[in-house]
Amino acid sequence: MSSDHRIKDIQGNQISGWGRIFAPGKSVASCDLETDSREAVLFRGLGRSYGDSALPPPSHPVVIATPLADKIRFFDRATGLFRAEAGLSLHEINRLFLREGWFVPVSPGTQFVTLGGMVASDVHGKNHHVDGCFGEHVEALKMRVADGRILECSMTCEPELFRATIGGMGLTGHILEVEFRLRRIPSPWIWQESRRIGGIEEFVAALKSSAREWPFTVGWIDCLSQGQAMGRGILMCGRWATPSEAPASPPPFRHTLAVPFVFPELALNPWTVRAFNYGYYHAHRAEVKRGIVHPETFFYPLDAVHEWNRIYGPRGFTQYQCVLPETGDCALTRRFFDLLTRLGGASFLCVIKDCGPEGRGMISFPMPGISIALDIPVRPGIQAMINTLNDFVAAAGGRIYLTKDAFTRPDHFRAMEPRLESWLEVRRKWNPDGKIRSAQSVRLFGDQP
Amino acid sequence: MNTVILGATQGMGQALARLLCARGDSVFLLGRDPQKMDLCARDLEARSGRPIAGMAPCDLSNPAGFGPALDQAQAALKRLDAVIVTAGLFYSQEALEADPTLTEKLLTVDFTHTILFCEEVRRRLLAGGGGTLCVFSSVAGDRGRKPVILYGAAKAGLSHYLEGLDHKFRSQGLVTVCVKPGFVKTGMTAGLKLPPFAGEPEAVARRVVQALDNRTPLVYVPGVWRWILWVIRLLPRFVMRRIGF
Repeated sequence: MSSDHRIKDIQGNQISGWGRIFAPGKSVASCDLETDSREAVLFRGLGRSYGDSALPPPSHPVVIATPLADKIRFFDRATGLFRAEAGLSLHEINRLFLREGWFVPVSPGTQFVTLGGMVASDVHGKNHHVDGCFGEHVEALKMRVADGRILECSMTCEPELFRATIGGMGLTGHILEVEFRLRRIPSPWIWQESRRIGGIEEFVAALKSSAREWPFTVGWIDCLSQGQAMGRGILMCGRWATPSEAPASPPPFRHTLAVPFVFPELALNPWTVRAFNYGYYHAHRAEVKRGIVHPETFFYPLDAVHEWNRIYGPRGFTQYQCVLPETGDCALTRRFFDLLTRLGGASFLCVIKDCGPEGRGMISFPMPGISIALDIPVRPGIQAMINTLNDFVAAAGGRIYLTKDAFTRPDHFRAMEPRLESWLEVRRKWNPDGKIRSAQSVRLFGDQP
Repeated sequence: MNTVILGATQGMGQALARLLCARGDSVFLLGRDPQKMDLCARDLEARSGRPIAGMAPCDLSNPAGFGPALDQAQAALKRLDAVIVTAGLFYSQEALEADPTLTEKLLTVDFTHTILFCEEVRRRLLAGGGGTLCVFSSVAGDRGRKPVILYGAAKAGLSHYLEGLDHKFRSQGLVTVCVKPGFVKTGMTAGLKLPPFAGEPEAVARRVVQALDNRTPLVYVPGVWRWILWVIRLLPRFVMRRIGF
């Protein structure tokens, strides 16, 4: 398996998030986070945040890249307790330990993320409805804070800093080491059930009812479908296979392909997107599909194609992910898709997931309700489109995910985040001069450019 | 395989140590900084789930320590199958031109002391009936080039020495493997501009383990650098004077 996922989004003196919207800047790899964190303004993991959260502020265009700092400090195979440097990737954890019967308690939709990034984004996964975010399972963090001290924090030691750092986008201090517990799994294979869903009401209901039986659920939506079929898609539910169900051999290491060049802008147009979505929906049989699947196919379908972000063309793309506080019926979700249709939002991929309760992270993204994620190519008018969606989400009492964001206005974010002021207060305590900052914190929190 | 690695705390040496541990080899670490070696050992043990054979301090700037360090390794491993040297110094040509003491340090460590270490290993492996000596030289030693004149000179001498060993001692069971890395993304090259064909340490490690198993005397990593250097060696001097490579 190739590991050339490191440090790919650098073009000369330009740097970008996964959405490939480039800005001046450079990333310097570090093997020694303790030394290199002294002067650092921002740490960056594998650059899978879509927007500008891992981009440096304009006046200091250098980020410290952590992926070379990937040493494991300890792994207790009796209890699963695990500690490693912040640059260790989930891909490496899976490569080493999945076949041995261990898995992270919470996994995002790509394994090309670092532990530091998983904490900073407080990632959630297909099991959010039962296990919450990754931060719920973090036992301790080792951090370099702005005044130069290195300290350990947890729910018992500097709990405020700990809770502000979980989901804090790396803005409260630099994360040096992460301690959490790996989980025993009955086999390294997944038992999956998937079925077609005819429309949005049915989808929200199906997510909620599956949540009671399945540890992992997620839905894909054809967001170009309209009228009766609006919100149709495919619901995928899974759990770890029992040893008797699982194949005798461990899941093979997969061969991956890469998108070899940046696609021309015309490649993704309403017709190709429509064709893809139509095909994806109808490729699934009408009846329920059950069976054993490769864990990487289940958790990381897009990881099979390296640099898939190149299909969005030279101008790049953003992902709009919001959560709506859906209660009972699905009026908000329905209105969101109505709005999206009116805006002509042709999204290649649209993912829907029900979220469980809020966790420890002071400004972590998830809240009880329905989360919707859409990939939107950058075209003229994208800012207006994001503004309109944000108007709706703010009015609905929902919020957006900073890890995906590149376009949200500060007033919108403030309107969505009643928790913002208390988080900013903790951040000011640990990072009083805003030394540790990002392009995103400049845009949203008024940090010095 | 019972292997000693000098310089396993980062970069290619670390990737190599991880790979050898993962396949069940017994690994003994030698290195300059005991604290870093300890972190490296804990990483290797957490990954493989098995303890490493041991570790001992060994600094290429102190040849008097070579013998005792290798004694400890031999005592821990019982039989010595392979010794790998990835340690070495690197400074930019500009820094070296500006500072003669730095130049002396680099030439001494990368050439004289590395060879003294290899000689110590040679005697021990031959006394034990043979084994493999694998040393990281560099493509920088293949031709005098503007950006790596001094570093390249030390590595050229080292490559030469390793080739001689191979010619003389292979029949007696001493296998030498000379590894010539091109540009590899490690801490040593962090901050430098990435050239085309830059390699990953893990891929380099896989190729080196293959070379150890197949007793390949000379290996370029990534492989494409063999052909790049073949072309470079053919270029006439008037071209080399003009280009910056």
